[in-house]
Amino acid sequence: MALTAFFFYLFAILAVVSGAMVITARNPVHAVLFLILTFFNAAGLFVLLGAEFLAMLLIIVYVGAVAVLFLFVVMMLDVDFAELRAGFIKNAPIGLVVGGVVLAELVALFAVYGFELGVGKTLAAAAPEAGSGITNTEALGRIIYTKYVYFFQGAGLVLLVAMIGAIVLTLRHKEGVRRQSISAQVNRHPAAAMEVVKVAPGQAIVPSSEGQG
Amino acid sequence: MNQLLLDYLPIVVFLGVGLFIGAALLAAPFLIAVRNPDPEKVSAYECGFNAFDDARMKFDVRFYLVAILFIIFDLEIAFLFPWAVAFKEIGAFGFWSMMIFLAVLTIGFIYEWRKGALEWD
Repeated sequence: MALTAFFFYLFAILAVVSGAMVITARNPVHAVLFLILTFFNAAGLFVLLGAEFLAMLLIIVYVGAVAVLFLFVVMMLDVDFAELRAGFIKNAPIGLVVGGVVLAELVALFAVYGFELGVGKTLAAAAPEAGSGITNTEALGRIIYTKYVYFFQGAGLVLLVAMIGAIVLTLRHKEGVRRQSISAQVNRHPAAAMEVVKVAPGQAIVPSSEGQG
Repeated sequence: MNQLLLDYLPIVVFLGVGLFIGAALLAAPFLIAVRNPDPEKVSAYECGFNAFDDARMKFDVRFYLVAILFIIFDLEIAFLFPWAVAFKEIGAFGFWSMMIFLAVLTIGFIYEWRKGALEWD
């Protein structure tokens, strides 16, 4: 038990410290790398809670994909460090207001649902009992697709919107690019593509049609 | 200490060994290697001419599109895992629930294919 507590404090302290480094690091690339460290520590906390599937998903999706996407965005923006620091003071009040509102909402939510309705017990009731032989992944699979079917389909629609939105916003085709058309290539037959020419001695070859070359 | 966490002991050992090797390789040059820097030695090296530019250049926005399409299908696969594990319990309703989910994403896939988002130019 002491070992579990040790790892909890290790992961929790590292997560908080690296989370603070995300917003204080001067270089945006370093900030993204600290964000990856924060995700890793959150995954460690999930494992300590017994939520293995979520921990692995956090590593695969957030560390493997989302953080790489953040790196892309940071590299794409071509961030001007001096300009960023100049805007910090100007935008600080707006940032503080937004952050304060979110914090107040979280505290209010925890105060109302955390104590009165006993969400903790409800959530614990959905988890498989220890020693029942049901894995974390299977317990999730039993409820996502049936009990929470609307949220599941909603997730599908969100993914569809994200896909179409990304294509609409960023897809630009260059003009005048000649693409390979595989069906046109496969449909060419020897009769159209080549011809046998009898060459008389001392005569030039006169092509029968242009553009067959 | 419950069984689930004991299963993760090899990963903890692996992380410890990895941290030790990484830290040792970083620390060893400071202790052992000869350090005698001068401006020419530590400057960026490009063969035959002075360095033009910073190596941290902007990426093409098309990499972003490829990455975000990857993430979306990555999440689709992530939803398939618990479905496959619990396939026997959730019955026909769970099966068709997943089929509708896949159909919605296939609509997006057809859209991106027809728009040419999978082509580079």
